[in-house]
Parts: sequence; C-alpha cells; structure tokens
Amino acid sequence: MIFAMAFVVGGLICAVGQLLMDLTNHKVTPAHILVGFVTAGAALSALGLYQPLVELAGAGALVPLSGFGHILTQGAIRGVERDGLLGVFAGPLEAAAAGITAAIVFGYFFAILFRPKG
Amino acid sequence: MRVDFTKPAGIQRKQYRDFVDRISPKPNVLVNVIWAFLVGGLVTTIGQGLLTLFLAAGLPVLEAGAMTAVVLIFIAALLTGLGVFDDIAKYAGAGVIVPITGFANSMVAQAMEARNEGLVLGVGARLFTIAGPVLVFGIVVAWFAGLFYFLFR
Amino acid sequence: MPAAKKMGQQTLVFQNPPAIIATGTVVGTKEAEGPLGKTFDRVIEDPYHGEKSWERAERRLLEDAVQVALKKTNLSPQQIDFFLAGDLENQTEASSMAARNLGIPYLGLFGACATFFEGLAMAAVLIDGGFAERVVVAASSHAATAEKQFRFPTEQGVQRPLTQSWTVTGAGAAVLAADGNGPVLTHVTVGKVIDMGQTDPTHFGAVMAPAATDSIVRHLEDTGRAPTEYDLIVTGDLGILGRDLAEGLLQEHGYDVGDRFTDCGILIYDPAKQDTHAGGSGCACSAVVTAGYILQLIQGGKLQRVLGIGTGGLLNADAPKQGETIPGIGHAAAIERR
Repeated sequence: MIFAMAFVVGGLICAVGQLLMDLTNHKVTPAHILVGFVTAGAALSALGLYQPLVELAGAGALVPLSGFGHILTQGAIRGVERDGLLGVFAGPLEAAAAGITAAIVFGYFFAILFRPKG
Repeated sequence: MRVDFTKPAGIQRKQYRDFVDRISPKPNVLVNVIWAFLVGGLVTTIGQGLLTLFLAAGLPVLEAGAMTAVVLIFIAALLTGLGVFDDIAKYAGAGVIVPITGFANSMVAQAMEARNEGLVLGVGARLFTIAGPVLVFGIVVAWFAGLFYFLFR
Repeated sequence: MPAAKKMGQQTLVFQNPPAIIATGTVVGTKEAEGPLGKTFDRVIEDPYHGEKSWERAERRLLEDAVQVALKKTNLSPQQIDFFLAGDLENQTEASSMAARNLGIPYLGLFGACATFFEGLAMAAVLIDGGFAERVVVAASSHAATAEKQFRFPTEQGVQRPLTQSWTVTGAGAAVLAADGNGPVLTHVTVGKVIDMGQTDPTHFGAVMAPAATDSIVRHLEDTGRAPTEYDLIVTGDLGILGRDLAEGLLQEHGYDVGDRFTDCGILIYDPAKQDTHAGGSGCACSAVVTAGYILQLIQGGKLQRVLGIGTGGLLNADAPKQGETIPGIGHAAAIERR
C-alpha cells in the first residue's frame, strides 16, 4: 500500500512541477522550480502540513525536493528541542548533511570523471 | 491586421506580442504532465523501495531516509555523467527534475561543463550554480521555522 | 555633399561589386544529416573536434572554414588584406584565437547571428573603397558553447520550448576580392536595431522578425526594387515561426513575398526527424547556408539574384535576467550571378 501511495503522491507532486514549467513563461527555469519546491516544502513543514503527507506516502513525499525542504525545517525544530537557539542554526544542515555531502562528493567526482557529451 | 505600423510604438509592440502569441506553438501540457506523473511516480517508488530496504536492514527512520537520498543522488549524478539524464528529462520533464535527482543533475551538469575552467573556479564553484540558491532558500525558510519554534513553542 | 555610394537611407551601392571567389563551410554531424548535408565542404564527426573544450572546437571550426576557402583559391593568408570574423562566445574569443593562428590583419565583429552578413558588408566596403584587394569573412557558432553561454549546460535536464531554435555547429568563410570569378555583392542595407518589446530568449524568431522585416522594407524602398526582382529572399535564422512572422509583417508594409521567401534556419534541418523545434540559429546558420547552398545555387545558374538578410538577436546572458527587452538586427545583402 505504501508503494502505491508513494507512486501516486510522488507522481502528483511532479505533475504539479510540470504544470508550473509548462504554464508559466520563460522566466521560470528548472532552477526556479527546484527553489520553489524546496521553499514550499520547508514552509509547509513549518505549518505542520507536510508531515502528514510523509506519513501517508513515505518516499512519495520525501524524494521530491519539497521533501528536502521538509527535512531542513524538521532539522531546525529538532535542533531547538535539543539545543535551544543554537539548534536553529545547526539543525537544518545536520538533518540534511548526508544528502548535501553526497551531492557534493558524487557531483565533484563525476564532474571530473566524465566530460559532457553535448 | 497584424501590426499597424502607422500606430505609436507602444501599440505596435502590443499588436506584435498578440501576433507572436497567435502563431507560437504551446507545449503539449497533457502529454508532458502524464510523462511527469508516471516517471516522477516511478522515481519516488524506487525511493520507497530503497527506504523499505534500509528500514528492514535496521536503520532508524531518519537515517533510512537520508540513505535513500544518497543512493538516488548517486544514480542521478552517474546518469548525468554518462550523458543520459538530459535525454530522460527531455520526455520526463518535472518527473526527474522535481525529485532529488534533479538537484543532483543540476550540480553535476553545471560542474562538468566547467571542467576546463579548473577545479577551483570551474568545478568547485559551478557545483553550486543551481544547488546554491536551492540551499539558500531552503535553509533560510527552515531557519525562520526554527526561530519561530524557539520563540513561541 | 551626399555620399556617392549611398542610396536612400541605409543602402550602400558598390561601384565595382566585389566577387565572392571562394567559400569554405565546416559543420557538425547534425547539420550534415540535414537536408543540406551534401552542400558543405567538411563535416566534423566529433563535437569536440579533437580538442579538450567546446570553445577550442569552435575556434578550430572557424580556422578550418577559412583554410578550406583559401585552399580553393590557392591563396596564402599573407595574400589576404583583412580577416573579418565574429562568433557568439564572450568577447568573440573564437574569432580572435582563429585570427591569432591565421596571422591576417583582423577586425573582430559582433553582430550576434547577423555577423556573417555584417562581415560581407564591411568586406565589400573595404574592397570597393580601395582599401583592400582581398578580404576573408567568417563566422562560427557551436551548439554547446552557445548553450553554455546563454542557457543551460548540455547535460542539464531541461525541456526545450517548441519556439526555441537549435544552434548550428559550424563555421562559414568567404573570400571576397576586387577581381575574380564568382557571385558579386551589389548592394548592402545596414540594419537598425529594432526592439518590439520581446523578452523571451527562447523565441528568437519573434525577436528578429521585425528587424528582418525593417531591413527588407528599407532595402526595397532605398533601391526602388520590387520583391519579384529577387529570385530568393533568404533570412539568416528566423526559423519556421520567425519566417511566418516576418512574412506577415511584410504584408502589412504592402509586400507580398510568398514563395520566394525562406530562411537558412528552415533549410538546414528537418524538424520532423531532427527534433530541432523552430529551426536552426547561430552565427554559423546564415554563414554555412549562404556560403554553401545559396551561393552554389547562384553559381549553378538556378538563381540569378538573391537578397540575403543576416539576422541577430542582441543580448548577453544577463540582460534577460535584468528584465531587458531583446532587440534584433538585420543586415541585407544583394548577391548576383556574374
């Protein structure tokens, strides 16, 4: 069941992204889409609206970039619970550390290993 | 009448914009959305498979989620390096751009293209051309969320 | 005293029309697979052209095109008075580097994708003015350097809009001379920068169509010619959509160009098979199609007189982000069989 929900919710989130790409003008680039989703995810998470989606759809809500925003916000909240004000600063990146490090390290190695095909 | 060249420049511009709109093809939104839904669903389902696997292996929830992200990032970065990601994205669109795969692709694609500008100002800097803004906006919003939580919990 | 060789507002008339005595065209595989594939002199199989970067590949394309053209004339670079060239890289890097290696006195040009026609105009002025005997004109573009410069890295996952054109990978060169056999350049109409308020850098046909129209109308009015006096009116890289826009705008000016009006960006690719969307674009588009196919038709006697209009969208990578509108330019050149 969780797989079906992951498929449907993940697919729907991507479909929203596609609508944003197709129905807006040229000023909305993939960079804007990525930023939009991470911002929306972080904000919805702060309002307590994203966690229910994660519980419903698992990776369907976590894998889209809005899930990355959710992880950053939840990291900030857990940081506050643990360390108070310091946690506001340390929490977001602690929670997202694995993903960010993976992206940097793999990104770096693949960028020097391969050259663009064009 | 497409554009009346006897009219003032402002009116000519407006008439021309309308003319351009009339003849310009629009994206096939329905086909694109179906592609995005199916491929996006597939990517998140693969993510769910990984998540289930890591949970079964005994990882706590947060760590299992993080490892899922790591694996998907690896796959997307590799496909970008192999020159396949852009071919998939041509059809799948947001289906691979919106998931964390799109984040990884934007880092590798930018950095690869800058290999000839050196490791520091080329690869190192350009990894963050698109990832930078994503991190900035995500972290700023999360920081505010944390601050409000600290003040008003 | 009015200028002796100027006609009307913007048109130059050459008293001793310079001849295009040889051309060289080098293209990539996508162009070679297109409908005009057989008209090009050389094809490079590897988009890197054996070099380590896209930029170096483009520079070599440009050099190769010049060398191919010179070889046909048996002239050495030392026998050329000036080298006029341009491209789309920052500060026209490809042209400067090609000029360094060729060792011909060099005037760098930037006219965006209209550069080849800007070069033809300047070469004719130098020759007819008595300042040069032989001039080489060249322009290049490369799909990957253009994407990197103006849009996204080649491996980034993006969906190209249907209005977008595909940058031609290639370079075209022409040797113009005071004496010699070949089609001659009789008139040039230097275009004005025309801004119709377009803002979309993925819809260059719409950006450039008004400028192409303006230059065609200006040319016809300055010379008193009718469109029917030309066997072909061919713009540089308006593409499928831009051509239709320009045809519509020309009708509003009272000119029906109909069947005799086409565009290098339409001729070079097969959009159904090659996924090029609106057509070809880039400096090389008008350069390789004019220096190849069009001049071959003139030399073969299939066309007697052609009006070519190099078209360009004038912007840098930052201007659209800063909310600027994108103006266009068109330079027209009348080429005749001799």
